[in-house]
Amino acid sequence: MLDNPSTTATAEARRQIEICNACRYCEGYCAVFPAMTRQRAFADGDMTQLANLCHNCRGCYYACQYTEPHEFAVNLPAALAEARQDSWDRFAWPGVFAGMFQRRAGAMIAVLIAAIALLFGMALWLQPESGEGFYAYLSHGIMVALFTPAFLFPVLALAIGVRRYWNEVGGEPVHFADLRQAGIDAASLRNLSGGQAGACNFEAEDRFTNARKHAHQAVMWGFLLCFGSTTSATIMHYFLDWSAPYGPLTPPKLLGVPGGILMTIGAGYLAWVKTKADPSLGAKAFGGEVAFTLLLGAVGATGLALYAATGTGAVPALLAIHLGCVLAFFLTTPYSKMAHGAYRFAALVREAQIKRQSRGGTES
Amino acid sequence: MRDVSKTIWDVIVVGGGNAGLCAAIEAAEAGAKVLILEVAPKPYRGGNSRHTRNFRCMHQGPLSVLTGDYDPDEYYDDLLRVTGGKTDETLARLAINTSESCLPWMEAHGVRFQPSLSGTLSLSRTNAFFLGGGKALVNAYYNTCADLGVEAVYEAEVTHISLEDGAFTGLEAIINGETYDIEGRALVLASGGFQGDLDWLADAWGPAARNFLIRGTPYNRGVVLRDMLDQGAVSVGDPTQCHAVAIDGRAPKFDGGIVTRLDCVPFSVVVNKDGERFYDEGEDVWPKRYAIWGRLVAAQPDQVAYSIIDAKSAELFMPSVFPPETADTIEGLGQKLGISGTKLRETVEAFSAACADGDFTPTELDGLATNGITPAKTNWARPITEPPFYGYSLRPGVTFTYLGLKVDQTARVAGPDGDLLNVWAAGEIMAGSILGQGYLAGFGMTIGTVFGRIAGQEAAKHVG
Ligand SMILES: Cc1cc2nc3c(=O)[nH]c(=O)nc-3n(C[C@H](O)[C@H](O)[C@H](O)COP(=O)(O)OP(=O)(O)OC[C@H]3O[C@@H](n4cnc5c(N)ncnc54)[C@H](O)[C@@H]3O)c2cc1C
Ligand code: HEM
Ligand code: SF4
Ligand code: SF4
Repeated sequence: MLDNPSTTATAEARRQIEICNACRYCEGYCAVFPAMTRQRAFADGDMTQLANLCHNCRGCYYACQYTEPHEFAVNLPAALAEARQDSWDRFAWPGVFAGMFQRRAGAMIAVLIAAIALLFGMALWLQPESGEGFYAYLSHGIMVALFTPAFLFPVLALAIGVRRYWNEVGGEPVHFADLRQAGIDAASLRNLSGGQAGACNFEAEDRFTNARKHAHQAVMWGFLLCFGSTTSATIMHYFLDWSAPYGPLTPPKLLGVPGGILMTIGAGYLAWVKTKADPSLGAKAFGGEVAFTLLLGAVGATGLALYAATGTGAVPALLAIHLGCVLAFFLTTPYSKMAHGAYRFAALVREAQIKRQSRGGTES
Repeated sequence: MRDVSKTIWDVIVVGGGNAGLCAAIEAAEAGAKVLILEVAPKPYRGGNSRHTRNFRCMHQGPLSVLTGDYDPDEYYDDLLRVTGGKTDETLARLAINTSESCLPWMEAHGVRFQPSLSGTLSLSRTNAFFLGGGKALVNAYYNTCADLGVEAVYEAEVTHISLEDGAFTGLEAIINGETYDIEGRALVLASGGFQGDLDWLADAWGPAARNFLIRGTPYNRGVVLRDMLDQGAVSVGDPTQCHAVAIDGRAPKFDGGIVTRLDCVPFSVVVNKDGERFYDEGEDVWPKRYAIWGRLVAAQPDQVAYSIIDAKSAELFMPSVFPPETADTIEGLGQKLGISGTKLRETVEAFSAACADGDFTPTELDGLATNGITPAKTNWARPITEPPFYGYSLRPGVTFTYLGLKVDQTARVAGPDGDLLNVWAAGEIMAGSILGQGYLAGFGMTIGTVFGRIAGQEAAKHVG
């Protein structure tokens, strides 16, 4: 079944999209509807593209005159969410991990515990003879040996997944203009903005609010800042011969501290609004999604705690917990909700590409 | 739910569609204590207004999503053309002139607009489209009402209005199966037409009406309208008429809404169940003709017809919600549609043979007409010869009824002995006061918004 995209989820999403294509009332909310109206028939790949373009803003659900108990039973946000999650299972590499963490909080927690235990063990048994700061507990060499593959493997797995996505949706060679447009759409979460409504429907039912969008912006930008922090530290270590610990006014801290704060608060807020929203308008994956969100929050919070504890006896334990969270996050990325970043970005690139081609433009 | 019969309300609004909600908002903003009684359960609140997509708006210069300008005289002329002169000029001009100030009012009360939908470019100057359609508008108004402290009760059917000496004193409503007497000082009636009551429709139109489909809500059954007429309220509008268009014959009996429309007729031949053509399919562009096709189909045996196209025309119109029947031969298609394949083949062959060469232009009247058959097809006549062949069934779909309550410029309802003291009406229930026949796209929401607001203001002023 994994290599056959005509799953029931795709078929159900197609049934609903065909109703929408005869209606079109929701054209102004997001990119899904204008993309839909370009076609009359929807192949599996078209459905995958529409599903990944949908940001689950829910505007079209609350505006729909055909929701249950109407016999047409339209619930497009849920139908597209199911089709989207199925698509990620299909693209997962290696396939045995498909869906492992996306839908299951338990599996996520198990990996987290195992990762933290591993780091405690390493700190206990492999403690170096000497070293400064963190490296007094875990040598630089061991950290690199652990995290290099733990980072590169998910990157490779996601790259293969995105390639499969691109094939399924019939993507073509990418122009710089497509990436730029997708970057703007992702950075502003344009499709979570409800068009002229300027906001989406989530925790307040049919009222429009920006809570989820703002929380997501905090997580996403917080994450990118933390990512920048680690990258800057790597550069400083290898190219500037400047190794940790870094003071408060160095790039790793200037990026990492606000990043950690944004990520922690944002993730907490995202998880909280999710408990207020109607679960029947999303994918049936509540546990896995919340576990992922909280894991992100834990990465941020434990990082901040570690920094705050500098010089105290809490450092070894906090170090093991923080690195355990990071390790669990990396390892599960291609198979958890985190994969959405990659596939959604690919969908935005493809949409930008189709629009550019339909304008007949080839300029970069 | 708290017991709403324990309060004496300033203003009671019957029916929570566009007109009722506009009235409730205006009355509440003027300080009145307002109750809305809505017969439908919450998911179906908002009646036919849930199914709308735009409202027609006069404007002198670009306004919100509207382009260019649309002046009052042009608007009025458009109206006269569709009503064949059966229009109350004073009320119509009042609706038209007030529509311009309604748009910003709607925005201020939560309605969002979007540029005109794909496939409706011709309306981008005259009609402002609601973002998400009418249900989003209804949601916005219910939220505004909640913020203003208006009480809205669902599954509350108003069954009787108590009138004493030309004045409203209270009403009877069935809520959760129990009958309540609810007192109020002013009343706004906004409970729509009666097309949901098939018996009434059959009385008015004849038994054929039982085969009609109702495009909108099943809850507009005219209960309050009949009660008011029985008590001597003055009626307007032709009681035997309803606005009916030709829609997909497979649509649900009620609430099929916009998606059941079929735009293929001008590119097709249309036959009845005996396989015979009965009218010029290419008389005019579809938006100008879909209303007469409701009547044409209603006059055919069993109130059904079949629209047949070939592969050439399959993509010339908006996609349909139900896929067409498909076959490689006309005969096979006839069988699939449940009519005589042989007869259908004869009709289609005779039609194709009567088609002439010429330029086909789907977007405008192209004059490509048949020769020597009756009825002729006067535009877009191309032979139906290229398989696969597609067929859709057509049935009349009722949009609304014309019979209603007579009101004046303040939306006040006329009783047997002059205006009723404290009863106003807005929306479909009084639209007959303005439109005697015909219909102009987007005018229903204009009437509801303009007169709903007036009714709310007047009712609040009365209770002061
Ligand atoms: C498919 C379709 C599309 C349309 N599109 C457009 C469009 O794009 N633009 C446009 O201008 N017009 C359109 N119309 C016409 C438009 O819907 C009406 O003109 C308008 O909605 C009338 O508003 P209203 O408030 O009077 O009635 P409604 O919106 O029908 O509201 C009446 C309410 O009263 C309630 N009710 C009925 N009886 C009782 C009772 N006894 N007790 C309590 N409550 C009761 C009903 O449940 C309902 O909620 C369309 C109509 C249909 C069917
Ligand atoms: C390409 C850029 C991205 C886009 C377009 C994007 C889009 C979205 C959207 C639309 C949602 C809500 C809908 C849903 O639940 O599926 C979401 C949820 C979420 N995103 Fe992103 N995202 C991106 C990148 C990121 C990044 C980099 C992070 C952080 C590492 C992140 C973290 C989250 C979290 C925690 C959730 C909440 C999950 C949930 O509630 O189920 N996203 N994202
Ligand atoms: S979600 Fe409902 S209202 Fe929106 S386009 Fe689809 S069918 Fe129409
Ligand atoms: S949920 Fe939002 S983003 Fe998804 S299709 Fe509906 S309107 Fe578009």
